[in-house]
Amino acid sequence: MIGLGLPRGFLVTLKNFVRPAVTEQYPDRHVGLLGAAKEAGMNPFQFLIKNPGNSLKAIAGLATVPVAVKQSPRFRGNEFTFYEDRCTVCASCAKYCPLGIIEIVSVPGKIDAQEGESYKIEVFDIDIGRCMFCGLCVEACPYDALHMGTKFERSSYIRNDLVISKDELFAAEKRPSSFYRPQFEETGFDPFSEEVTDYHDAGRHERPTDEDLKRKWVDER
Amino acid sequence: MAIKTQPVTVNLGPQHPSTHGVFRMRVMFDGEEIVDVEPIFGYLHRGSEKLAEERTYTQIVTLTDRMDYVSSMLNNQAYILAVEKLAGIEPSPRGVWLRMIASELQRIASHLVATGFLLQDLGALGTPLIYAMRERENILDLFEIICGARITNSYLRPGGVFMDAPQEFWPALDRGLSDIVNTLDELEEYLSGNEIVFSRTKGTAVLSPELLINASITGPMLRASGVDWDLRHRNPYDYYEKIKFERKLHTASDNYARYWVRVQEARESVKIIRQCIDQIEPGPVRPSFDDVPRLLRPPAGDAYAAIEGSKGELGFYLVSDGGIAPYRMHVRSSSLINLTLLRDMLIGGQFGDLFVTFGSVDLNMGEVDR
Ligand code: SF4
Ligand code: SF4
Repeated sequence: MIGLGLPRGFLVTLKNFVRPAVTEQYPDRHVGLLGAAKEAGMNPFQFLIKNPGNSLKAIAGLATVPVAVKQSPRFRGNEFTFYEDRCTVCASCAKYCPLGIIEIVSVPGKIDAQEGESYKIEVFDIDIGRCMFCGLCVEACPYDALHMGTKFERSSYIRNDLVISKDELFAAEKRPSSFYRPQFEETGFDPFSEEVTDYHDAGRHERPTDEDLKRKWVDER
Repeated sequence: MAIKTQPVTVNLGPQHPSTHGVFRMRVMFDGEEIVDVEPIFGYLHRGSEKLAEERTYTQIVTLTDRMDYVSSMLNNQAYILAVEKLAGIEPSPRGVWLRMIASELQRIASHLVATGFLLQDLGALGTPLIYAMRERENILDLFEIICGARITNSYLRPGGVFMDAPQEFWPALDRGLSDIVNTLDELEEYLSGNEIVFSRTKGTAVLSPELLINASITGPMLRASGVDWDLRHRNPYDYYEKIKFERKLHTASDNYARYWVRVQEARESVKIIRQCIDQIEPGPVRPSFDDVPRLLRPPAGDAYAAIEGSKGELGFYLVSDGGIAPYRMHVRSSSLINLTLLRDMLIGGQFGDLFVTFGSVDLNMGEVDR
């Protein structure tokens, strides 16, 4: 039974022993003095003088810095991005959701001479406690109002807190994932470093120029 | 002098770490020898087939992800093929190539999991499993780049995939493939010549090809007994007729042969993906919404489509009554059918081989119970 197989196997484990670890540290990573100084954007001596307390901690190996998890821009996170001004309350998203967890109530809103009647959102609840982040609602949205978010840290001890209400949705950070949104991919948008705050930029089509608008509304009539 | 023993019945599972999920077995031992096994399933039953009856055809894709959760892409592919057959959809070429790449990647991931856990069951606590999982992690990263999710992908749609792969996917895939080959080399160097693995797996749970065929066992288990049956070759779906690959066969039909076939198949998958990358053509990834609307209403009728999944023939049978949801969906899940020979494999074996044999079937409880 004794042969070369075992020693060869041990060589493999030995090789892996000295290989850099692939473990992802989350949410914090332990750093030494150098790492802590780098995180604070100073050189170690400055850091030592300015924050003696933190330096001591870092030298003792107790200092931690938060880490950003490496994600793809297409990542389907659970904090939806929503553009109120783009939404027509058509409820395609609610109809398309396999679990039926989007609740929309609308009321007739203002009547605009040019654009006609519009609807106001009264309730827009997404129960992410039951959401499976399949993205079908985002796929169904014809006006690019709803986008998957890239963040995923919205956990809670109480189940009822897992309902994203209208106010929270409106106020959420506008860091849309490029899932099913090729327009973001074309411009090389990176949700981890930038935001899309203007709702015009979130659409699938180019923003119409004043020229286009004039042609549409004045010349063609 | 033989020791006088008395049969003892032991309950294994459902919450046992080695049962690959929630599987329960009532085993009768006589000393170290297994004299009777009674498998009991149903602990992970979620009623996916019934749930499908009130979902539209696109929404069901999300249900298929959750059946065999270590090979979601393959489940997606089998389901989508059945829908395309049912509704007579002509898929877009680029979408088909993309889904072939995705499903072959998934096959590698699934085989890595199977190998890792087989070794875990053998008592190699941790090390080979971690090597396999480390590589699987890279594949899941690729899935995250291509579709935004790691496990529950829902990447495929009737007629293709929902979105083209982004620019950064192709270099990442290239790197990933060479990493996979390295890991497989390493795993084989580590295990395929290892005397302990030999003595534990060779000659255990041998099944004859006749028995396997009669029990309609498919996949690596069948190929480990020397039967050349691979749906990708026998009944090519998608563009597999444009792909050249070897079918790896082993004749021993024991636990070692099953392990060996899986590792070799993962290597072949790498070659298949390379060929797909060479042949992929630009174009739309799915037909336009005019041809294939989001809300499909296939004509009344039925369709069955099967693919070579990571565990065997994975088939979806759909019956439509002309509505927006299928009238009935049935899944031919290879894990469940591969389990039918459990008694033949285990009875007469040793207690120590129980979980090894169980692991060599490579079953996934999500697919067994659905
Ligand atoms: S991601 Fe899926 S489950 Fe979640 S709200 Fe959208 S459609 Fe529903
Ligand atoms: S988010 Fe999109 S799909 Fe949902 S109601 Fe608004 S416009 Fe319609």
